[in-house]
Amino acid sequence: MTIVASIEATWRIERSKIVAALTRRVRDVGLAEEFAQEALVAALEQWPVEGVPRNPAAWLMTTAKRRAVDTFRRRAVETRVHEQLLSELEIDGEPAAPEVGSSGGDEIEDDLLRLIFIACHPILATEARVALTLRLLGGLSAAEIARAFLVAEATIAQRIVRAKRTLSEARVAFEVPQGADRASRLASVLEVVYLIFNEGYSATSGDDWMRPQLSEEALRLGRILACLLPQDPEVQGLVALMEIQASRAAARVTSTGEPVLLPDQNRARWDRLLLRRGLAALERADALGGAAGPYALQAAIAACHGRAPSAAETDWPRIAALYAVLGQVTPSPVVELNRAVAVAMALGPAAGLAIVDALQSEPRLAGYHLLPSVRGDLLARLGRDDEARAEFERAATLTRNARERAFLMARVLACGHLPRPE
Amino acid sequence: MRFMMLMIPKGYESASPGTMPDAAAVAAMMKYNEELQKAGVLLALDGLHPPSMGARISFEGGRPKVTDGPFAEAKEVLGGYWMIQVRSRDEAIEWAKRCPASGNEVIEIRQVQEMADFPDDVKEAAAGFEKLQGGKAA
Repeated sequence: MTIVASIEATWRIERSKIVAALTRRVRDVGLAEEFAQEALVAALEQWPVEGVPRNPAAWLMTTAKRRAVDTFRRRAVETRVHEQLLSELEIDGEPAAPEVGSSGGDEIEDDLLRLIFIACHPILATEARVALTLRLLGGLSAAEIARAFLVAEATIAQRIVRAKRTLSEARVAFEVPQGADRASRLASVLEVVYLIFNEGYSATSGDDWMRPQLSEEALRLGRILACLLPQDPEVQGLVALMEIQASRAAARVTSTGEPVLLPDQNRARWDRLLLRRGLAALERADALGGAAGPYALQAAIAACHGRAPSAAETDWPRIAALYAVLGQVTPSPVVELNRAVAVAMALGPAAGLAIVDALQSEPRLAGYHLLPSVRGDLLARLGRDDEARAEFERAATLTRNARERAFLMARVLACGHLPRPE
Repeated sequence: MRFMMLMIPKGYESASPGTMPDAAAVAAMMKYNEELQKAGVLLALDGLHPPSMGARISFEGGRPKVTDGPFAEAKEVLGGYWMIQVRSRDEAIEWAKRCPASGNEVIEIRQVQEMADFPDDVKEAAAGFEKLQGGKAA
């Protein structure tokens, strides 16, 4: 292992903490990143010559702070605010030789949490939050983010620059929100993390090589958040959901890249370590009184599948009940459609069909191919082939996914060949 | 990618049954474990009782033969492991370097084989193996 590789690895581990600590001091995340970057450059220059310091992490942090002090001095800032900043920086910019292995403790953790909250600040558009979070917390370059989202690198770079400027101009406080604000701000953080996870997990876009990295990055962020906010049940719920979903990653596609639906997955390929971690996180969410949170509920549904040794042994009555609660917490016709599927599995196709029929006039599902697809499936299981065929045909015209269309057309044909009930 | 950090304490190969690390070493190690967890990289960890409490099953000649520990021929034995998820081998090394290990301890890092690393026929064969692991865990 070369010394440069070692420096870069240390940098990846320490980067977000350094940016966080500096943001609190210089009140500007863009500047903080610049100083942090200067510390990296200094390490790349000095360590190969002078040797690796005893505590590389602390060295990087101290050096970044000193760069900030030097810069403020050079600029000969005269306002009192800046003088105050400067003295603050000088006080904790020159620490006594840090203990080997010292982490800086709670203060660094608080800064990291603040950094997460500003990267996911509602003042930014969702896509800007995602890009900034990956940049600041994940340390991904604009090129890597661009590759993951199939967007031009310049677009991502601009998005990040603009996001930093927006935060700076709005003088967004570098704090962990409290009070009434807290719940919605945290919801924004969790949403961003789950968006990143899903971008990696779903097969919609992006470079195949980058996508597992996105999911891993989101999981890592979720796990960090779970340590920073150990008392928050929805954080645990989100981590549970991501761990359980990630546990199925290897079983979700064939070796040729075709998707495999949940009932058809080879459960032997599920990752038991991640599943176990997910179930443990779900237990923590429950223990914290968060069983009815939207992420915890989705995790509980995923856990029902995860616990079933085979698809036939799935606890569908419980899944149906969980969807009913989820539908109350976050009313949505898609959740209701999922409940219909679970009810059909638990009580038979007729019970499911009653729920689906009630959704027929739902405007938010107009054009949603899974509505006729599910209805067709239930009708077919009831032996109502003509009606089922019409639904599958409709679903096939609505889907934009070629593989799905082929699957639906096969079902159209199957309806024609089944024996008619009297 | 996942790595196992394998802790190899010299002398552990001959440690008597019930040997435990001292409290100060455990305290330092707990702090390290916490660092790993806070960084979001720790997936699992365990410490292992000494080989004098274990047994070795060898298969020479195609028949299993059981030998109770300690194992006179063993030069290095495991004392425990961490399973971490990191972005590179270099990062795994960096984490291993931060371990508050003592002068007689060695950490070996080894990348965990993932399904994607295997050719198709091995994937099929490995699926059955994973099922055994799953049976244990469920």
